[in-house]
Amino acid sequence: MGLIGNTPLLEITKITAGLLRPGVRIFAKLEGFNPGGSVKDRPALKMIMEGLRKGELVPGKTIIDSTSGNTGIALAMLGAALGFPVELVMAANASRERKKIIQAFGAKIIYSDPLEGSDGAILLCRKIIERNPERYFKPDQYANENNPLAHFETTGPEIWRQTKGAVTHFIAGLGTGGTVMGTGRYLKMRNPAVKVIGVEPDDAMHGLEGLKHMASSIVPPIYHEEELDDKIQVSTEDAYEMVYALGQIEGVLVGQSSGAAMVAALKVARGLREGCVVTIFPDFGEKYLSTNLWIGWKSWTRDRLSHLLAKCKTESESVIT
Amino acid sequence: MPVQIRVPTPLRRFTGGADVVTAEGSSLREVLDDLERKHPGLRERLLDENGELRRFVNIYINGDDVRFLDNLSSKVKDGDDISIVPAIAGGR
Repeated sequence: MGLIGNTPLLEITKITAGLLRPGVRIFAKLEGFNPGGSVKDRPALKMIMEGLRKGELVPGKTIIDSTSGNTGIALAMLGAALGFPVELVMAANASRERKKIIQAFGAKIIYSDPLEGSDGAILLCRKIIERNPERYFKPDQYANENNPLAHFETTGPEIWRQTKGAVTHFIAGLGTGGTVMGTGRYLKMRNPAVKVIGVEPDDAMHGLEGLKHMASSIVPPIYHEEELDDKIQVSTEDAYEMVYALGQIEGVLVGQSSGAAMVAALKVARGLREGCVVTIFPDFGEKYLSTNLWIGWKSWTRDRLSHLLAKCKTESESVIT
Repeated sequence: MPVQIRVPTPLRRFTGGADVVTAEGSSLREVLDDLERKHPGLRERLLDENGELRRFVNIYINGDDVRFLDNLSSKVKDGDDISIVPAIAGGR
């Protein structure tokens, strides 16, 4: 648990070569280096530790939450390390790797209808708890303020230190909203001029595991859109192509939400004269090799890159600087 | 030849909220064309600019993934059960 956080910041230089003005740099925080494999280790740890501290999580209870994967993996890992049984509700179409990793930690999965998506998992989880409330501790990642607080206390300060206070733009995907809310609040506290930008899929029908199309979903109680300076929509296809490009050109294998974040970061950075743009890559790519993301992955070639980069420019005119 | 199509949550705004709709056709392509006539806007979410199935969209005919059948040319018959499922669980 002491190994969670303090992840490295990678400057993105190959994909951006020749595209940005001299005073503009893009950095990505590699959250895949967390022990559970994703940024979710941070809020999972905070929510569990606060639950223990407050006496809400006590021996005999089972940890339960709805999650499509990364939070589930983090909770499964922590449950195993702390000796608590874990039950996770997720839609049956979560990737094979996620299911296996969670089960390898000893946690139990309850599957919800894939046609109902993550909102379906949220609702089923509520029902299960209602049947037997005493049995469960629910970290409640969508509503628990310890989720963004984890980022306020760790992700934000790390970015501030790693950029020596130079960060001008913070860009992250919107899922529960915790990363953007918590990190954004910290960075604005240190420098009110920092711009905080959320990234979401461009449509309710999308293939970006981990991200939420807010307008069509149950809005997480911890998410307060008014705190964002802007929100950028990214298409599933562009995010996937960016994953392929990051692998072959930048040398880092990441997941789909990282691809989306990078597309957004490029759109913002190309509209700037000066800036230190920091984004989050929530996890690495091995968990997705068996998924539909792979369909384009194996056949992608570098000549597709300029097509992708052109898209990241034309849309940058609408982004704030 | 009417078939049943199960529609995922993000597409129900095109079907007036219905989670199951019916359509006609003897191939998946024909079924999607018919779906588009009845529920305009739906097909655009499923197919890319080349008219192919978008990478993250899975379609099953009686439980079989059409990518292992004949993609959009997959045969469809009366009473078949079709499911449209986004490849991801869409959450965190």
